[in-house]
This record gives sequence, structure tokens and C-alpha cells, in this order.
Amino acid sequence: MTGIGLTHILFVSIALFFIGVYGFLTRRNMIMMLMSIELILNSVNLNFIAFNKYLWANKMDGLFFTIFIIAIAAAEAAVAIAIIINLYRSHRSIDVEDASDLKF
Amino acid sequence: MTAQDIIFYLLAAFTLVTGFLAVTTTKIFRSAIFLLFSLIGIAGIYFWLEYEFIAAVQIIVYVGGIVVLIIFSIFLTQEAGSNLPDTTMSKKITGGLAAVFGFGFTLLQVLQHKFIGTTEQGIEPNVANIGNRMLGVNEFGYSLPFEVVSILLLAAMVGCIVIALKKPVEK
Repeated sequence: MTGIGLTHILFVSIALFFIGVYGFLTRRNMIMMLMSIELILNSVNLNFIAFNKYLWANKMDGLFFTIFIIAIAAAEAAVAIAIIINLYRSHRSIDVEDASDLKF
Repeated sequence: MTAQDIIFYLLAAFTLVTGFLAVTTTKIFRSAIFLLFSLIGIAGIYFWLEYEFIAAVQIIVYVGGIVVLIIFSIFLTQEAGSNLPDTTMSKKITGGLAAVFGFGFTLLQVLQHKFIGTTEQGIEPNVANIGNRMLGVNEFGYSLPFEVVSILLLAAMVGCIVIALKKPVEK
């Protein structure tokens, strides 16, 4: 039996999640923020797969959650990029500091 | 330490290092490429966990789909070689503190928690079992979420086209 357990994989997924959070908080470019969100979603997928394998191997719930999260992440990325391209057309910039029309 | 352990540590280190470089590098195109390698590393971890179907889906959807989409949108919206404006020091400090403390507290909870797994016989996560479950309508079937996700994907595709469409010029 291998020495790698659930905790090791959870460590990787937690670290990846907070790397994504750091990127989301520090970068002001919309594409960079989108990439950080992709990292966060991937860490969550890794979490689901790890729990499915190590704790509930008799069910397949974690695996199906991962499949549906991948599908929803693809839809989310497509919509976000459509919005970013539209914003670039109207503002000539995709920096979030420049998109302040609704700011009070 | 067996070879399996060493492979896991290598995959984990590769994923985390490229992920960290993806959020800290100043050139946006390099950042997209580092993100690509990080996603490949996660696919490698899925292979290591013997979830081959999920690993294949990860490579097809993320590496083949989303990263290509991101690279195309980088080409459409900025000069690919230019540097991004550097983030301010205060933002780096706040973001770094939030990430480090969140990481610490979550890791503390994980280390203190006792995970109790099932002792029943596991199901092999092969394609036949996944297909039977996904389109099944009995107790463990997932056909309703499958249909909901298909409607969501259709709505998202129509929404993307409508949002990104150029306004027709007035004649």
C-alpha cells in the first residue's frame, strides 16, 4: 500500500485553491482573473475526486460532480470571454479599473 | 518511499509551481502557457489516482478547449508581447495575507479532522459504469442533471453568440 493518503491530495488542492485566490485578488486584468478562477475550479475537482476515491469508493457521486463542474466551467469560460471581448470593443481595455461606469 | 510516491510528489510540485507562476508572471501569454502546464499536471494526478476517464476529459476540455479559447482572447484583446502593469505592493500584501491565512486555517481543519470512509466494495470508475450511471433513471442515475447541464450548455452557447455579436451598422 502506498504512503500517499487523502491528506496529501487535499494539501495539493488547498494550495492550488489559495494560489487561485491570490491571483484573483492581485491581478486586475480580466483574462488573468478568469485564469485564476479556472485554477480554483480545478482544485475543487481534485478535491471531489480524492474524496470519491479514498472515502466513498462504493458510490460515484464525486466523479459525477466533477464531470458536471467541468461542463459548467466550460460554459462559464465561454460566456466570460464573450463578455470580455464585448467590453474590449466598448472600452478599448480589459482592466477592471477602467470598467467603472456603474461606480457611484 | 516507493516509485509511486515519488511520481505523486513530482506531479504535485509541477502543478503547484506552474500554477504559482501562472498567477505571478507579468507577461500574459506566458501566464496562459503556465496555466496549460498546471492543468496538465492535474490531469497527471487524475491518472495517478486511476481515474482515466476524468483525466482524458480534463485534457480534452481544459487543455484542448479552455486554454485555446483564453489564448485566442489574449490575441484579440492585447499585444501579446507586452508586460502587464505591475500590481501595487498593498494589493500584493493583502492578497498574500488572505491566501496564506486561508491556506493555514483550512489545512489546520483538514489535519485535525478524522475522515471515516466506507468499508464497502468500491465501484470501478471505468467508462461502462460511468455511462450506465449517467443515463440511468433508477436510484443512482444522473439523467436529470445530465439534461439540465445540456440545456445550460445550449443557453450558454446562444448567450455567447448574442453577447459577442457585432451590432449591425445603421444604413
